[in-house]
Amino acid sequence: MNSTTIRFLLNGEQVEAQADPRIHAIDFLREQFELSSPRVGCEHGVCGACTIRVDGQIIRGCLMLSMQLDGSKVDTIEGLTAAGEIADLQEAFVARNAVQCGFCTSGMLLTGQDFLTGARSISREAIREHLSGNYCRCTGYEAIVDAIESVAVRRGIQVTREAS
Amino acid sequence: MKSAALEYERPTSVQQALALKRHWGDRASYLAGGQSLMPAINMRLNAAACLIDLNRIESIRGITLEGDHLVIGAMTTHAAILASELVREHVPVLIHAGRHLAHTAIRNRGTIGGSLALFDAAAEWPAACILVDAQIRVEGPDGVRHHPAESFVRGLFNRSLGEDELITAILLPKQCPTDRSVVLELARRQGDFASAALMATVRSTAGKPTGLRMVFFGVSDLPRRFETLESQLLEAIQTGDLTEVAALTTAALLRENVVADLYHSVEMKRHLCGVLAGRALRQLLVPETSE
Repeated sequence: MNSTTIRFLLNGEQVEAQADPRIHAIDFLREQFELSSPRVGCEHGVCGACTIRVDGQIIRGCLMLSMQLDGSKVDTIEGLTAAGEIADLQEAFVARNAVQCGFCTSGMLLTGQDFLTGARSISREAIREHLSGNYCRCTGYEAIVDAIESVAVRRGIQVTREAS
Repeated sequence: MKSAALEYERPTSVQQALALKRHWGDRASYLAGGQSLMPAINMRLNAAACLIDLNRIESIRGITLEGDHLVIGAMTTHAAILASELVREHVPVLIHAGRHLAHTAIRNRGTIGGSLALFDAAAEWPAACILVDAQIRVEGPDGVRHHPAESFVRGLFNRSLGEDELITAILLPKQCPTDRSVVLELARRQGDFASAALMATVRSTAGKPTGLRMVFFGVSDLPRRFETLESQLLEAIQTGDLTEVAALTTAALLRENVVADLYHSVEMKRHLCGVLAGRALRQLLVPETSE
């Protein structure tokens, strides 16, 4: 179909590429830029494995068209890893064995980072609520919550017990 | 699970969007946040040949006060609504509802206009708009008109939105500072569409409850109010006797076309509505409870 040239900031680097309207953002990033961290999971907005960050906000990449990235700032795990932004979170995921098959991990890391950014006080319940849009089919949630909680402590965020 | 071939248009004004829609007719769909439309496109349940992306129309994004109404532009995201001080001050029931509304990544893209255009029976914004008696602003070739949310959709193929029209804003009357609201949902996963849900607001005059509005959603084909039940339950609040609340609610829903889902029978859903009504009224009776 009518592919169009789009330009955007990908992991800190200005890029341009041909975008076809029918291709969603994840297929586009994987195929044109060989980024493997954004996963193609359910492709209908349920599993959260396709989470990427656009203009500083986490979004479902499978529900966004490639054309809609035009003019935006896109961050994936590859970029955040290179910048060191989530080094402590990645280290905690490894230490707590919060990665089993690894399919959901990109989405869990981005959602975990989104949760911790700017937080002053958190609880395990709040971590679970924030992660509720991300499926781990290995069901390794306990370890993922542990890892995020431990990073909260290391970043000086107050961890409270749930009220209920 | 991949979209079919598509054309893509990106208007920057409402007039451009309307002109494009006139050109494409029913072969085009407006694309708002895409959090329901894109799954349908990916699953090829929606056969649009063209998507008219509304995301670059800045004039229909944002929240303002106009007289006694809070006006939310159709392309305002759920996240922006939930972060808004104006919303918190003037229509706080939206903030209560937001706790149940999907997940962060969806809230960052999904819009109130898109939600009302779809009018999902289990979605929070249509139910909240009925609860507070909101008006939906629609623009089309004949200009601007307003339609009450409560009668905006009357059934599957009977909605007050023409093929050539576009929802541009939602007008919500300010709640009274003494209004108290609760939003309760029963869902299998936090943020998922509820199996049964209820929003209720009680209005007080001189410290005495004088009005009750309730919207049940996720239960029937549309979010619904039951005026007879509202007056019965207002009496229960006034007397403080909540023993009949569940029975009255279940009875009211007997006359309603309750729809079963994968996990809950019709009888189960009626029962859950009774449970929710009891919980809601108990919370509304206790002054310090904040939902």
